[in-house]
Amino acid sequence: MLRASNLREHDMTSPGDLELNRRDLMVAAAATAAVASAPSGAGAQPAAAAAVRAPSKATVSMMVNGEARRLVDLDTRTTLLDALRESLQMPGTKKGCDHGQCGACTVIVDGRRINSCLSLAVMHEGESVTTIEGLGTPDNLHAMQAAFVKHDGYQCGYCTPGQICSAVAVLDEIKAGVPSHVTADLTAASYDPTADEIRERMSGNICRCGAYSNIVDAMSEVAGRRA
Amino acid sequence: MKFDTPATTNPIDQLKVVGKPLDRVDGPLKVTGRAPYAYERHDVGAKPAVGYVLGAGIAKGRIQAMDLAAAKRAPGVLAIVTAENAGKLELGKFNTAKLLGGPDIDHYHQAIAVVVAETFEQARAAAGLIKVEYAPTQGAFDLASARDGAVVPKNANAPADTAVGDFGRAFAAAAVKLDESYTTPDHSHAMMEPHASMAAWEGDSLTVWTSNQMIAWAAGDIAKTLGMPNGKVRVISPYIGGGFGSKLFVRADAVIAALAAKAAGRPVKVALPRPLIANNTTHRPATIQRVRLGAGSDGKITAIGHETWSGNLPDGSPEEAVAQTRLLYAGANRMTATRLALLDLPEGNAMRAPGEAPGLMALEIAMDEMAEKLGMDPIEFRILNDTQVDPEDPKRPFSLRQLTECYRTGAEKFGWSARRARTGQVRDGRWLVGMGAASAFRNNLTMASGARVRLGSDGVVTVETDMTDIGTGSYTIIAQTAAEMMGVPLEKVVVRLGDSSFPASSGSGGQWGANSSTAGVYAACVKLREAVAGQLGFDAATAEFADGEVRGGGKSVPLGDAAKAREIMVEDKIEFDKEMTNSKQQSTFGAHFVEVGVDVATAEVRIRRMLAVCSAGRILNPKSARSQVIGAMVMGAGAALMEELAVDKTRGFFVNHDLAGYEVPVHADIPHQDVIFLDDTDPMSSPMKAKGVGELGICGVAAAIANAIYNASGARVRDYPVTLDKILDRLPEMG
Repeated sequence: MLRASNLREHDMTSPGDLELNRRDLMVAAAATAAVASAPSGAGAQPAAAAAVRAPSKATVSMMVNGEARRLVDLDTRTTLLDALRESLQMPGTKKGCDHGQCGACTVIVDGRRINSCLSLAVMHEGESVTTIEGLGTPDNLHAMQAAFVKHDGYQCGYCTPGQICSAVAVLDEIKAGVPSHVTADLTAASYDPTADEIRERMSGNICRCGAYSNIVDAMSEVAGRRA
Repeated sequence: MKFDTPATTNPIDQLKVVGKPLDRVDGPLKVTGRAPYAYERHDVGAKPAVGYVLGAGIAKGRIQAMDLAAAKRAPGVLAIVTAENAGKLELGKFNTAKLLGGPDIDHYHQAIAVVVAETFEQARAAAGLIKVEYAPTQGAFDLASARDGAVVPKNANAPADTAVGDFGRAFAAAAVKLDESYTTPDHSHAMMEPHASMAAWEGDSLTVWTSNQMIAWAAGDIAKTLGMPNGKVRVISPYIGGGFGSKLFVRADAVIAALAAKAAGRPVKVALPRPLIANNTTHRPATIQRVRLGAGSDGKITAIGHETWSGNLPDGSPEEAVAQTRLLYAGANRMTATRLALLDLPEGNAMRAPGEAPGLMALEIAMDEMAEKLGMDPIEFRILNDTQVDPEDPKRPFSLRQLTECYRTGAEKFGWSARRARTGQVRDGRWLVGMGAASAFRNNLTMASGARVRLGSDGVVTVETDMTDIGTGSYTIIAQTAAEMMGVPLEKVVVRLGDSSFPASSGSGGQWGANSSTAGVYAACVKLREAVAGQLGFDAATAEFADGEVRGGGKSVPLGDAAKAREIMVEDKIEFDKEMTNSKQQSTFGAHFVEVGVDVATAEVRIRRMLAVCSAGRILNPKSARSQVIGAMVMGAGAALMEELAVDKTRGFFVNHDLAGYEVPVHADIPHQDVIFLDDTDPMSSPMKAKGVGELGICGVAAAIANAIYNASGARVRDYPVTLDKILDRLPEMG
């Protein structure tokens, strides 16, 4: 029922800072426009029949899993999710809803998790993106990936990359003292990664197979090992 | 291999690999994002264009005109396919409504066009430029109003009416009676991976990479829809991002990708946008159910009656919510009735445990209510009315039925004795706390299933079958089966699934997949053992396959030696003799235990504890089987507390058609969950002695939650989901 979003617009290390900069505002407006232009499926309105301009293109450079990548002539409507999945042919990051509702597309950008479907690729010039492919490989699993295998924290596997990227970032958030809705003491320097903290913070990542109980076990084990 | 006598001792009984809680063999690929799903097959080099589907904006009527001019001129557009230029399309054997609509519209968001462009962004933008003029007509969208016109369904698995004894007389004469109605809403599968397909033509042959639970059905229905010979369609679906019934059948993405690829002259991939899925595809239909129970003052049921009403499109099938009531409890006088109303909502069809899932949502609240009327503990009431024989045909026993043991084990483990019979008695801070229980019941279905096995000189055993793994663990349990049969470690088995060029399998549905598909692999492995023994000069009947060797008559030879000259390849399938397997009733059983807290001021419900005790045949892999059960319990928690497709009864569509509007459980909704499997090795089910477990877990759990809410708060809610607005004005006085 709770849908605590794992998307944070502001710097999570200073939750009290509500100042929006100009770039954030423009970015938010662009994202809104992109969503609004999608056909509703309920039949296009006459107003939509205006002539279509050729798509505007841009070149975007970013670090992806530690590698410098350059996206030349990228359609500026391309989300970070589709830039990863289609342009860079890295489909580990999943498209479940394309509307920021399910969390399957979660990646870590400059240390913070975001829904990559709610973010245009051009918003990430010069930034550093970590995807599921960058955390580990089948022969050299990240500790969180290994814990998901051990605790069977997945079934169909489709929400799994997003769950794991979120899980890695959540433990960092807890360690960094970023509070959540269930945090009792907001002034503590850091928090214990309790099951309730994990469940609250992971609630933006839906798993329809229902592996939640196992995911909490996997994350608790990794959190315990690191502590 | 014909399964026509109960299984005796066989190599699976060694349980060296089968029955172990092993990690999934596909795990490392899935947790690193390397498992390729349908829309992301960059690895096959198809370089596809992208199709974007437009859905109808009315529920019923006709397209008067479609103006495609602006869309055709849009940048990057390669082709637009509508019913007008698609050529003749047949209706698939497993489809109720056409997958490409027009000019007649059968339901809201029925696909009416696909725009193909170089990129997704271009296709989406161009689809928004299509102008459609509709002539809508009146439709029926409200089950409650259509109920009076409901009729005996034409397309059903079970008889519309069943009767044993004299229900009417027995019910009238019963010392204690219950007569209540219950409703369950429309449910959406809401699997995480949207329906997606990529299609490529080579001459008159078509390959479709898709996300589908039943490969042979899919290949057959794509061919039928497109008017092609069956052998010309290849379907590939190695990874499926959730199904739950939504991907049992070919849907619009597959057919439209094929049409679009033909029109564009190159491969095309299509994914259904999330907001289209609820109305474009299938859903679990809403039900209205009436349950009547009559019992003597001793608590023994003398009359049990269950009626259900659901709706569907013309030629659709009913939700058979009375199925479990024919088998679950004793009682000499019984009746069920299933009626179907005509509705113009999207197609209703199977979702995880069709029939039993919504049926038990009603029946198991009724049992809780009846126990209270009788002044009995609800578990004791169920145990008193347990039966070891088919209640409609007492000469026919269950093959193995441990419902009472499930309850006894669970009650002990869960601490049921602490439950207070009176409602609203337990308080923990702001929470009113209560416990509820309910029976889980689902029949064990079996399906013929084939497999091919190969042995290489390196001793590696490769299994090929068109079986699918929809998160169920098929890759792993099939590998375990082959490893056990051939006496090799799991690392020496390669499993290849989900390709119509492999032998046809049971597929994944109706919780028949695990038992049936591994039995098919068992059959192929028996043949491989014979071939190996023959090649190496062993007696097949007595040779032992262990530790990568074949042993017998005092000698032992590495298994791979049998394939030194050339690879050995054999194929077989398991076929179930229905007369034998039906001679006893095969079902799976369980007992759900739930503790909830109901906020004394806001009526917010939180699940605090959940336990399921299951008796479901031999458990082939306790780790993946447990995951199936807890996952199904999560889906049942959704059905109990939040899931409901809201019907716009004027315009005829599901309003909350995305993952924000259609709420499913998230992490914060689900506590730690426990599952106990009872030993249930059933020689009637297959050589594996296994049954299904993937659907059992959802059966009954929603009622257990509703019963716990009643026990906590005194609010008896009979209309799902049990949201706080239905509880709030019935809470006990605070203080």
